[in-house]
Order: sequence, then structure tokens, then C-alpha cells
Amino acid sequence: MQMYEIVRVEELAPKIKLFEVFAPQIARKAKPGQFIIVIIGEKGERVPLTIAGYDVERGTITFVFNEVGKTTKQLGMMKVGECIWNITGPLGNPSEIKYFGKVLCVAGGVMIAPMILQVKALREAGNTVVTVMGARIKELLFLREEMKALSHRLYVATDDGSEGYKGLDFLKDVLANERFDRCIAMGPVAMLQTVCELTRPHKIPTVVTLMPIMVDGMGMCGVCRVSVGGQMKFACVDGPEFDGHLVNYEELIKRQRMFLPEERLSALLWELGGCKCGRK
Amino acid sequence: MAGSESKPKVKKKAVPMPKQPPEVRRHNFNEVALGYTEEQALEEANRCLQCPKPQCVKGCPVEIDIPAFIKLLREGKYEEGIRKIKEKNSLPAICGRVCPQEEQCQKMCVLGKVGDPVSIGRLERFLADWERARGFTIPEKAPPTGKRVAVIGAGPAGLTVAADLAKLGHEVVIFEALHLPGGVLVYGIPEFRLPKSIVQAEVDYIKKLGVEFKLGYLIGRTYTVPELLKDEGFDAVFIGTGAGLPQFLGVPGENLGGIYSANEFLIRVNLMKSYDFPDYDTPIRIGKRVAVIGGGNVAMDAARSALRLGAEQVFIVYRRSREEMPARKEEIENAEEEGVIFKLLTNPTRFIGDEKGWVKQMECIRMELGPPDESGRRRPVPVKGSEFLMDVDTVIIAIGRTPNPIIQRTTEGLAVTKWGTIVADENGRTSLEGVYAGGDIVTGEATVISAMGAGKRAARAIHEYLMSKK
Repeated sequence: MQMYEIVRVEELAPKIKLFEVFAPQIARKAKPGQFIIVIIGEKGERVPLTIAGYDVERGTITFVFNEVGKTTKQLGMMKVGECIWNITGPLGNPSEIKYFGKVLCVAGGVMIAPMILQVKALREAGNTVVTVMGARIKELLFLREEMKALSHRLYVATDDGSEGYKGLDFLKDVLANERFDRCIAMGPVAMLQTVCELTRPHKIPTVVTLMPIMVDGMGMCGVCRVSVGGQMKFACVDGPEFDGHLVNYEELIKRQRMFLPEERLSALLWELGGCKCGRK
Repeated sequence: MAGSESKPKVKKKAVPMPKQPPEVRRHNFNEVALGYTEEQALEEANRCLQCPKPQCVKGCPVEIDIPAFIKLLREGKYEEGIRKIKEKNSLPAICGRVCPQEEQCQKMCVLGKVGDPVSIGRLERFLADWERARGFTIPEKAPPTGKRVAVIGAGPAGLTVAADLAKLGHEVVIFEALHLPGGVLVYGIPEFRLPKSIVQAEVDYIKKLGVEFKLGYLIGRTYTVPELLKDEGFDAVFIGTGAGLPQFLGVPGENLGGIYSANEFLIRVNLMKSYDFPDYDTPIRIGKRVAVIGGGNVAMDAARSALRLGAEQVFIVYRRSREEMPARKEEIENAEEEGVIFKLLTNPTRFIGDEKGWVKQMECIRMELGPPDESGRRRPVPVKGSEFLMDVDTVIIAIGRTPNPIIQRTTEGLAVTKWGTIVADENGRTSLEGVYAGGDIVTGEATVISAMGAGKRAARAIHEYLMSKK
């Protein structure tokens, strides 16, 4: 059976890790905007993660995750040379990358990592790219130098104001003074919603990446259904990118919390079990 | 062995299948039907009249020589018996369990005119289980042909094609999008109807034939069909990607928490083994009052799974009457015995949620049957003003599945119908040279055995194609 060897691990910020994994068949087909499904073992769940990089020659893909649930905590304990049980991908539709003009990219949390791919591709397509990267606190900001080097201009924001702007309110002024042809937002749902409310009055087409709960990630189960413009869409096969001004965020937030008690229980039991990796 | 030579007296009653009692089985996921003992199998086999012109064979989609295997069984020649079945069917332990025999071989059995038909499926299962218990013998394979075939989808159609082509000496690679092989056999049909260890054993048998499985490869994304033929060096491709997309009702409130597609519910329970959460990582939430919408086998599977997960009351809500239910009679009876409550001539019109966005009620309307529609069944018509509310905290929507579209979208020149199925002739030939298809992806949602029948025919056609090619 094919195994997916971890070739590089980087701790980008506390509890935020980057993995580079050998998966040549995915590396050769991956495009910005696509995701993978990771399963750590026979009893594992299927976890969707956005692709943050790929290298056809090395045959590797890169992804970044936050150690929040049982699976990501277990993943976080894995080391270079160890193997992930199964990775499926690339899944979802690639991003639309072409010349738009001036593009505002807003990334929050772990999604800063895949945003690097977007910014790179948008630059290569000739766009002027202004990037905003945000996190809850300054300690959770990462890949800042890379992002700065790739963007024409970079803004930094934190929820508590410990670094850069406090929140995204500053964008009101930016948007009032500058014309953007497109906005791309990747991050927590609350952030996506905020960005869309900011760009809506200026009628800037805004593309958001949605990562709701998924099981198979290829259109079979329908748990990732979202309402977009009043229509039912599956984030895994119709997305993961959608017109952010048409997404029903209230419903999405409720649907993301559907299994919260179970997720907490699972993580808690695992921690009480002493973080043993001895999974059968 | 007794009774094989002397002319047997016709016994009208079939030997009943031993089963877990309903009050026990509704609390566990173990297999419901326990299988015949050797004595029971011999007794049932002896009911067969060994007709000179057997009708049963005509009812079998893969044309198993039924009287021949039954004769071997009752002579105690189990090895020869199972080999006789396997000449035509690589997955007998599965077919013996999930085939709708009452609509196929057993429907044609002449004994059915005077009493119960011979329980052909149960006898098939007996031989298959006997073989699995003592270990498979691998049949002789033809010498390698040097031809390579890519099979897309490790469900009933794909597994059949792969087994047949491997036996003929071709190199076969199965690409399966999920992390386990089996398709609907692992993600759809529950453990209590088809234990997953049986599917695994059949898959192991196919592996021993030399077939390679690539799991987690979604063709259309990881590779496209043209890439398999041009870049990856395959001489032919078989598409058996099935009908795996859920359908929803399209009524208000369908995105509330607690509302699952049958696919989601069954994938969680069967493939991800949520019934063993938190030992397995994938959770499932089941409430006290569960409504399953639909009247097919999938609806019965979902309802019976819900009971086993601890629901207090489980309702089947179906818009037509019992006669029109597409589920197997046996499964309807099993569900009823276990305590599933049938709300017939009833259709949901909207779902009402609580403040957290969880479903708490379902508004339904009563239906009556009008004149027959194009399917020949009487069309259900809503009774005006008959809306009423049902308290529910879990809803499972089991109103059918549609074909997986990704290969059709990524394969230029592949002819597709307006329903999204792939156009293929009876031998699986599509509009593209070297590309074959069969099973639900061609017919729309149907049975395991019809997919296997299509796989058989396609394997024959692919073999001819490969051998005629230079």
C-alpha cells in the first residue's frame, strides 16, 4: 500500500505546523485553490486541508494545519520520515487565476499559507497584489517575510492589536481611497463575512474559500452543502471558492458547529489517554 | 449423499433462514441473517427439482449454472460447487446476501408455483461462506498478455471486471477514490446486512489474482481518463464509478443540523464506522425521533442503522403506499420486525429548526394515489390542506442517488445522457475507443448484481478488444 512520507516539518507558530509530504501523483496535478483529504490511520477521520504548495520535481505537496482537534493534534506529533496513511487529491476546483488588475488578498489564521500560492499565481498573471494577513495575536502570524516579498504591499492585522492594525476596520479607509478589481479572502468564516461586508458597498467581486465539514470530499455525502445565492452548493465539488457576497454565513456557521460536542469529546479523550500514538 | 439420486418429493416450504431475533439485533450491528448450517443447506438443496430446462438461470444477471451448483452441493462436493458459481460470479458471498433473488433467479423457479422457490441465494451464500472459512484457492491464470487495464471504481462492477481480466492474463490496476475498496458494498450497505470482513475477503481474493489497488485516487482529478490512456500506458479503461451523489428534497429548512443525506449517514456509519465513535474518529449524532424519507433499500438500511445507534423511534416517511415501495420485501419486513414505524402516503414539505439551527419539527402533507405515471406506479398527489407537524430531531433523506459526474466532465468526447449517465452499449463500449463503462454510471442507480453483470460483459468485450489490438 502506498504511504505518504513526511519529508519536512516546520513549526510556523505555536500549534501551527507545516508538513511537506511525498505524494507525487497529487503534486503533479495540484493547482492553487485545491485541497486534499488526509487520513492518519485506519480509524481516522477524513480531514480536508487546503494545499499550500507543491513541487512536481520533488514529488511533494505542502499543507499547514492548526492543532485543534484530535486528528490535527495527532498529526502534529508526527515526525519527518513517518508516513501518513492516506492522502486523496487534489480535490475541488482550482482558483480562477488571470489578469484582473488590482487584487486585494485577505488571509487569516492557517489560511495564510495557501494564500501564498494565490498571491504568487496572481503576480505571475500580471496583477498588482495588495495583501492583508491577520491572526488573533501577533504570535500566530507566520510567513510574513515571504508574503511581503510576494506582495506589492502588505498589511498586517491582529484581533487584539498586538501587531499591526487592530481588526480589519482599517480596510474601510483603504477601500475608500483605492479601487480594487477583485478581492480574495481565505480564513475563518467570521473573517470572510467581515471582508465581504467591507467590499460589498464598493461592488468588488469577492471570492471566498469555504471549508465546511466534509466527509468524502468528492460530492458523495453532501454535508458540506452551503447556500449560495439561495441555491444549494457542495463546497467540495462546486467550490471550494464561491462568490462571497452570495454566501449564507449564518447557516454556514451553524453547520460548522454541528459536531462540536463530539469533536471536543474526541480530543479530550485522546488527551486523557496520554497522547499515545499507539493507534491500532 | 442422501437424496441426490432418488427422485425427491416436492417440499413446498423452504428451510427458513436462521436470524438474530428482532429484539436482540436492533441493538447491534452484527449480521442479521446467520446463514444455513450444513444440514439446513443440504435439506434446502434437496428441494431443487433439477429441471432439464432450468428457468432460474434465465433470471440470473450473470447466468450462474444454478442447478449444477445445487447438485454439487447436495452431493457434498462443496469445492466443486463454489467453483461452478465462480465460473460466472467472482463475489458469491456478497451476491448470496444482497441480490434481490426474489426478483431474479427465485422468481423463475418452478417450485414457486406450488410453494416457496428454492432459496438459491442462501445456498450460494452457504458455499461462499464455506469456502471463505477454509481459505480461497486461486484459480489458474492465463499467461500474461502484456496488456494493461485501468479500472476506475472498486465497487461491484469494477471488482468484477478486474477479477475477470486478471484471470485472462491482463495486468489490472483499480483506482478507487475512497480509502477502502468496495464502493457501495463498504460505504452504502450496512454491516448487519453485509459484514465488511466479507467484502475485504473478496477484495483479498482479487488481490491474489494480481490486481493492484490504488486507493485515494479520484480519477478526473488525480488523473484523467485520457491521461491514463496516453501517459500512464494503459491499453483500456473501464469506468465503474457508480451513482454516489445524494439527492435532496428541495424544501425549506433542509440545511438545518440533524438532517443528513442517506449517503452521509451511511458513509459515516459504514465506511467511517461512526457507531464505534470515539474509538473511530468520525462522529455521528442520532436523536430520539428519526424520520427517514424514502421507500427504497437505502431508506431501510438507514432506518435500521438509526435504531441500532439508539434512536427511540424511527419512522419511514414515504409518499406512496406500501405496494409501491422499491425496497426488497425481506428488508421491509426486517425493518418492521425491528420496530421501524411506517408513515405512508406522507411527504415532507418543510423543516423547522430550533434557535441553534437544529431540526425540531417536520411539516408533512398527506398524499393520495392518482393515475399511474411513466414509471407505471400510481402517482402520489398531495391532499390539499392536510399539512401536519411531526416532532423529529434527526432526518435522513433517502430519495435516490445520481451518477458521479467528474469523469464525464473531464473526458472530452465521452458521450453522456441528459441524466448524466455514460452512454454505453450492452458490452460496455462507450463513444471512445478503449474506454468501457458499466454499472450504475451507465444505468443509473440499480443493483449490485446488475453492475456485476455489466462488469462481466465489459470484461469479455475488453478482452476481445485487447487481443485484436496489435
